[in-house]
Amino acid sequence: MSNVIAIAQKELKGYFASPIAYIVLGFFSLMFGVFYYSVLLYFNQQSMQMAGMGGGAAINVNDQLIRPVFLNMSVVLLFVLPMVTMRTYSEEKRSGTIELLLTSPLTDFQIIMGKFVGAMALFLAMLATTLVHVGVLFAFGNPEWRPIATGYLGIILMGGCFVALGLLISSLTKNQIVAGMITFAVFLLLWVINWPAQFTGPTTQQVLNYLAITDHLDDFTRGIVDTKHLVYYLSFIAFGLFLTARSVDSERWRG
Amino acid sequence: MIEVQNLTKRYGPFTAVDNVSFKAERGEILGFLGPNGAGKTTTMRILTGYMPPTEGRAVVAGYDVLEKPIDAKRRTGYLPETPPLYPDMTVRDYLDFCARIKAVPRADRKARVNTVMERTRVADMATRHCAKLSKGYRQRVGLAQALLHNPDVLILDEPTAGLDPKQIIETRRLIKELGGDHTVILSTHILPEVSQTCNRVVIINKGRVVAVDTPENLTAKLRGSETMYLQIDAAGADASAALAAVPGVSRVGTSEVRGTVVGYEIESGAGRDVRRDLSAAVVSRGWGLLELRPLRMSLEEVFLHLTTDETTAPAVVEQRSGEVPVE
Repeated sequence: MSNVIAIAQKELKGYFASPIAYIVLGFFSLMFGVFYYSVLLYFNQQSMQMAGMGGGAAINVNDQLIRPVFLNMSVVLLFVLPMVTMRTYSEEKRSGTIELLLTSPLTDFQIIMGKFVGAMALFLAMLATTLVHVGVLFAFGNPEWRPIATGYLGIILMGGCFVALGLLISSLTKNQIVAGMITFAVFLLLWVINWPAQFTGPTTQQVLNYLAITDHLDDFTRGIVDTKHLVYYLSFIAFGLFLTARSVDSERWRG
Repeated sequence: MIEVQNLTKRYGPFTAVDNVSFKAERGEILGFLGPNGAGKTTTMRILTGYMPPTEGRAVVAGYDVLEKPIDAKRRTGYLPETPPLYPDMTVRDYLDFCARIKAVPRADRKARVNTVMERTRVADMATRHCAKLSKGYRQRVGLAQALLHNPDVLILDEPTAGLDPKQIIETRRLIKELGGDHTVILSTHILPEVSQTCNRVVIINKGRVVAVDTPENLTAKLRGSETMYLQIDAAGADASAALAAVPGVSRVGTSEVRGTVVGYEIESGAGRDVRRDLSAAVVSRGWGLLELRPLRMSLEEVFLHLTTDETTAPAVVEQRSGEVPVE
C-alpha cells in the first residue's frame, strides 16, 4: 500500500512539476465555466418566461440547470483526460525510468494502481474547481443535494473508465503524442458509438447503447444509482487496469 | 551470491544470450567484458528481474529471480545503461522516492539518502533538478540510487561511461570499496578498468561466455611464450647470434634500429626467466645494456584474441605482438 501511495504521489508531483496540471485544470475550469454560464442564462430566461405566463410549476434547478451542466462536463472530460494519461507509461518507457520501477521490489499491480490513483487525484482536483459553481447555486437557490452527489459519483466513475483506458493506451507506446491521440480517438468513439443506434436492429441497438460510455451517466445525473451502470463503470475500470497489467508484462517478455 | 545457470534469451530468431553460466561469490567484483551487442545488458536485465530469460535460471542473493522476484529485487541494486532519472525531480526528491519504493524503512530514509549522496559525491547538487545535471552527475545519481537500500548485489551497467578521468578514478575507488561487502557485477568495454577493479572477468561474445578467470590468469594463459624487449647500444655484428645462443632463448627478432641503438624482441619458453643470462651475455661483451623488460600480452590482446573470429584472430594477435602494451 505504501508503494502505491509513493508512486501516486510521484505521479501527482510530476503533473504539477510540468505545465500539464495547470493547463488541464485551467482548461477544464474555463470550459466548465462557459457551459455553466450559458446554461444558467438559458435557465434564467426560461424561469422569467414561466413567471411572465403566470406561474405554473416552478422549474427545477436540478433538472434544468445541473443535469445539462453535468452532461456537458462529461464531454469536456473527453478532451481533457487524454492529456492527463498520455504520458503515464509512454514517458517512462521513452526515458528509461521504467527500468527503475520494474527492477525495484514492486509488483506490476502496485505500479499500475499508483499511476491510476495519481491520475485520479488530478482528476478529482479538476472536479473540485466545479464546487465553486455548485456553491453559488446553493447560496442563491434551493437545489436538491442528493442528485448533485450522485451526479458527481457518476462523473468520477466515468472519469475512472477514461483514466484506466488511457493508462492502457499509454502502456502500448513510447510516444506520448501517439498515446494522447489514440486515447482521444477511442474516447470519442465511445461517446458517439450509439448515435446510429436508432437506425439499426433491436439487438444491435441495445449493444451499442450499452457500450456508449456517456449514456450510463444519464441516470446518475437524475439522482438514480442503478446497479447496471455501477457494474458497467466498475467492470470497465477493472478490465482496463487488468489489460494494462497484461500489456506491461508482455513488454517484459518481448523485451 | 549470484548463480547463473544455462541462461538463454531469444528475441524471435535472434539469440542475444546463449547458454551462459557463471557464479560470483560474496564480496567479489566480477567484470563483464564484451564488444557492443555481446549480450551484457541483456544478461544484467535478466539478473535484475527486468526481463525473464527464455531458458535457464538465475539466482541472486539466494532467490530465484523468476520465482521470488520481490525478494531478489530487494537485495539487488541496479544502475542501467542510461541512469533512470526523473527530469523534473530534484536529486534529493528523486533519491527519497527511490528509497520509498525500495522499502527503506521510513526512519532511516533521510539518513540513507544523505549517506549515499556523500558516498557518490552528489550532495552539492541535492536541490538541483535531474534534468539540469551533467552526464557525470547523472551517472553518479544513478549509482546513488542503486546503493540506497544497501543491497547485497550491485549490478552496474557501464558505471564509468561519460565520466571525466578524475570522476572515473573516484568511481572505480568507490566500486572497489563496495566490493568488500557487496557482490558487484559491472559491465564495461574499457579494458584497463577490468584489470584495475575486478577480481574476476567474464568475457562474452555473441551471447556466449568465452572465458572466465582472473585478469592475471587470462593474460598469462594466452601467452604461449615469454617475450622480452632488449635494447643494446654499440652491439657487435654478431649480437643476434650471441643472444640466440643464450640458453632458453627460442627466437631473436630485431624490432628497431636507431643509430647504434638496436632493440630486440626475444622469445623464450613459457615460465622460463632468461633475463639474468641475457644481461650477463650483453655486459660480458662490453655492449651497453639500455633496457630489458618483459613484454606482456595486454588484456586488450586477450580480448581481441577471444572475441574475434577464429580465422582472423591469429593474424590480429601476430600484428599486435610487436607493439608495446598500452598499460
